Amino acid sequence: MTAGRGRALPGRALPGRALPGRALRQMASRPLAVASAAWLVLVVVAAAGASSLAPYGPQATDLAHVMSGPTAAHWLGTDRLGRDVLSRLMFGGQVTLLGVAEALVVFAGLGITLGLAAGFAGGWTDRLIARFGDLVLALPGIIVLLMVLAVYPGSELAAMIALGAISCPVLLRVVRGATLAIRGELYITAARLSGLTGPRIVWRHVLPRLAGPVIVQLSLFAATALLAQSALSFLGLSTPEAQGPSWGNMVGEASTVVSQDPWLLVPSGGALALTVMAFGLLGDAVRDVTAGRHLAPPVRVRPVRAPSKPMPGRPKGRAPGTAPAGGSMLSVRGLTIAFGDLVVVRDVGFDLSPGEALGIVGESGCGKSVTVRSLLGLLPGGGRVTAGSALFAGRDLAAASERDFRRVRGSMIGLVSQEPASGLDPSFRIGSQLAEVIRRHAPLSRGQARARAAELLAQVNLPPGTLARYPHELSGGMAQRVSIALALAPGPRLLIADEPTTALDVTVQAEILGLLRDLREQTGMAMILVTHDWGVLADLCDRAIVMYAGQVVEEAAVGDIYASPRHPYTEGLLAANPHRTPAGGVLPAIPGTVPPPSAWPAGCGFRPRCQYATDACAGGPVPMTAAGPGRLVRCIHADTLVARR
Amino acid sequence: MARPAARWAARWLASSALMLFLVTAATFVLASMAPGDAAKAILSSQSGSYTQQQYLQLRDELGLDQPLTAQYWHWLDGLLHGTLGTDLFSGQPVTAELNARLAPTLSIILGTIVVAGLAGVGLGIVSALRGGVAGRAVDAISLLGLAIPNFWLALVLIELLAVRVELFPATGYTPLGADPEGWLRGIALPVITLSAGGVAFVAKQTRDSMAEVMSREFVVMLRARGLSGRSVVLRHALRNAAIPVVTVLGLLLVSLLGGAVLIEDIFAIPGLGQLAVTAAGSHDLPVIEGVAFYFTVIVVLASLLVDLSYWLLNPRVRGS
Repeated sequence: MTAGRGRALPGRALPGRALPGRALRQMASRPLAVASAAWLVLVVVAAAGASSLAPYGPQATDLAHVMSGPTAAHWLGTDRLGRDVLSRLMFGGQVTLLGVAEALVVFAGLGITLGLAAGFAGGWTDRLIARFGDLVLALPGIIVLLMVLAVYPGSELAAMIALGAISCPVLLRVVRGATLAIRGELYITAARLSGLTGPRIVWRHVLPRLAGPVIVQLSLFAATALLAQSALSFLGLSTPEAQGPSWGNMVGEASTVVSQDPWLLVPSGGALALTVMAFGLLGDAVRDVTAGRHLAPPVRVRPVRAPSKPMPGRPKGRAPGTAPAGGSMLSVRGLTIAFGDLVVVRDVGFDLSPGEALGIVGESGCGKSVTVRSLLGLLPGGGRVTAGSALFAGRDLAAASERDFRRVRGSMIGLVSQEPASGLDPSFRIGSQLAEVIRRHAPLSRGQARARAAELLAQVNLPPGTLARYPHELSGGMAQRVSIALALAPGPRLLIADEPTTALDVTVQAEILGLLRDLREQTGMAMILVTHDWGVLADLCDRAIVMYAGQVVEEAAVGDIYASPRHPYTEGLLAANPHRTPAGGVLPAIPGTVPPPSAWPAGCGFRPRCQYATDACAGGPVPMTAAGPGRLVRCIHADTLVARR
Repeated sequence: MARPAARWAARWLASSALMLFLVTAATFVLASMAPGDAAKAILSSQSGSYTQQQYLQLRDELGLDQPLTAQYWHWLDGLLHGTLGTDLFSGQPVTAELNARLAPTLSIILGTIVVAGLAGVGLGIVSALRGGVAGRAVDAISLLGLAIPNFWLALVLIELLAVRVELFPATGYTPLGADPEGWLRGIALPVITLSAGGVAFVAKQTRDSMAEVMSREFVVMLRARGLSGRSVVLRHALRNAAIPVVTVLGLLLVSLLGGAVLIEDIFAIPGLGQLAVTAAGSHDLPVIEGVAFYFTVIVVLASLLVDLSYWLLNPRVRGS
């Protein structure tokens, strides 16, 4: 369950709240849910109306036609005494479904009452009820059922009451959990303050919210109760054959003649299986509709392929002669990334020389992380490179297979992530995680790998004792150092750091930046640093590209960008930099926010937020143009910007 | 380290003892509420007709005339001295009877845990990673496994694999020590029957749990460091996804005790479940108490194993 803080903000739909109209409409659009509901209605009607609807009596024998199989007179055949199977199924449904209903009433009554009491009273009551629930749940239920049936021989009612009672802790837990979550929310506090009493709050506010999860549990338990009732009846412990047909004892009957007439197993078994299935499917559908899908979409570990490969070497939108001097180690051209049909990165291009440090700047949601992760084939589910190239060490990373990526990941390109703690496997010691990466990339013994791990820790200024620690025992800064050590372990030529300091305290940020600078000096590796912090950029990078709405809008040496931004977005970002605002002054901000990819405007993406925008900006895609030595900008008003200053 | 462990052990012992006490006491009360008693059951099974005096004498001999609390106290006292009393019908010590029937029941239950665990985890992983057709196939298998009544499946399997094709024996149990192959054949059908539902249960949980873990940042980072897909999935993701799966296996084990009663009846396997049914029908209180005691011990041990596996799997539990 997700934490529910702030869920009750005005204007937001409350998750988990039963919205009868909408929920029913959503259910109606699911064929399986509709079929399940229809089957259950059919079964209930057939059973309830058996005495008038059934073609024969439940015990009417026809000894001339025994075990007939399906015929026109007996649609589902006859049993070994010539009794009509369909009629017996309908009459048997009465006793079977009644048993389910009895168990459900007890289950719901006890579970909801105790759950509400525990969740609302809290304290001792809560602990006592929860403990009691755990205890009951751990009971071997079959012993209880057997004893109850010894006290009340053959009694379905007694068995089903007992079943409902010993199963109720499942519902109790769900109700208690939901009540606790709701209790903490603002609107309940507001209701209390406005003078509503406990029971009325429960009635008006809590119960409607519980409807979804409770219905889910009820339908799942109905399936359990149906199976249990039938099993007991099959064994003859409750509703034995002598008391009339039930679905369970019909299976038992069929089993005695299974070799002569296997068909007889089909109607009773089928009725049971279909009804259990209908309960289960209905429960699943209610859960999906009322709670939203909690399940993350399946994650595919499969290669990312580019369906269309543009001609490499044609620097799209890059003015000739502006490529950095010297052979570049990474050359990205026209890189375009989409999630489904939604393009999130458009025509991104840049070069990186060996040993160079490139910054990628921009607000959240501009496609920075997606761009660098695509270089390692690590796009989240559904994302793929649809066009462009990324030449690195003789490979095109935009069209690489999973196998190609395995040779690149770690050993040639290292990645340091934004969230240091969640980037480490919580279940393994740091030493074991380091050793695994080391041994994956170099033929070392365990002992050698361990020694190398200690060396790496020393390189990132961590004591050797860190080897024996688990991730949860580390501070954010320590975890980020470990992350860096893990990236360094295979000796990559390029280190990509995706907002490496964002999640850290300011003092720790400075330490990590210092570490990265030192490492770059020691190893001579190239770096790509994704950041939205100008300080980080100035500290570490030689050159920067600025991204907005999935595009590169400006590229220049870091000093040049600071001194004279050429793109209005860069200018706005720089103005919003707190380090540059005089103390006590108002921090300027760019009006508006980055639009989601689905709402990117035609023409210049920044147009709606830009103070320089004119009608010409909407005219069509704006190309990257040269704006001085080693500088590129995607703006038709770049000159106006310079002139205004 | 030592003190939290000791405290935890003490708490576990206390709750286990409480559980054993409650289950056996409740069983005692329920059993004594049943109409008729063991004396009547014994006499009618011997001759059919008996005098009131015979009945009273036997009641006296069996100690059934004493108050319920005294009877229960007597039973508890015996327990502390390592005895569970004698079977009122056979006169055998209850522990001997139970121990003889423990192996068949455990064979079936543990066999099912192994089969359902391996198959369920395998299917769950495949469906979490592949989605699409494979995922839907697992969904369909799960649904069928949960929906088909196991007693029905047992009958079909017997008819198909024991009667038509004589691959497995239809009934009976061969001790492992006497004939390992016979043992395996004997428990095959009961285990397959009980596994059908169990696989679905485990696969569903594994799928949800794996899908959640695979979407976490550390999995992306493991891949970014160049680890093989096998290590990422089987070593790292599976270990992090394991706790809910182990919990489900524990719940499955408890529910299998109920399933065993049914399955032992169908396959005529002389296990604890079968004994429980006959004892409950004949008011043989010491045997009923004994089965309740054994079942509860199995449940308590299962929950101990689950707790220990949390401790092994999650370093955060170990630390605190």
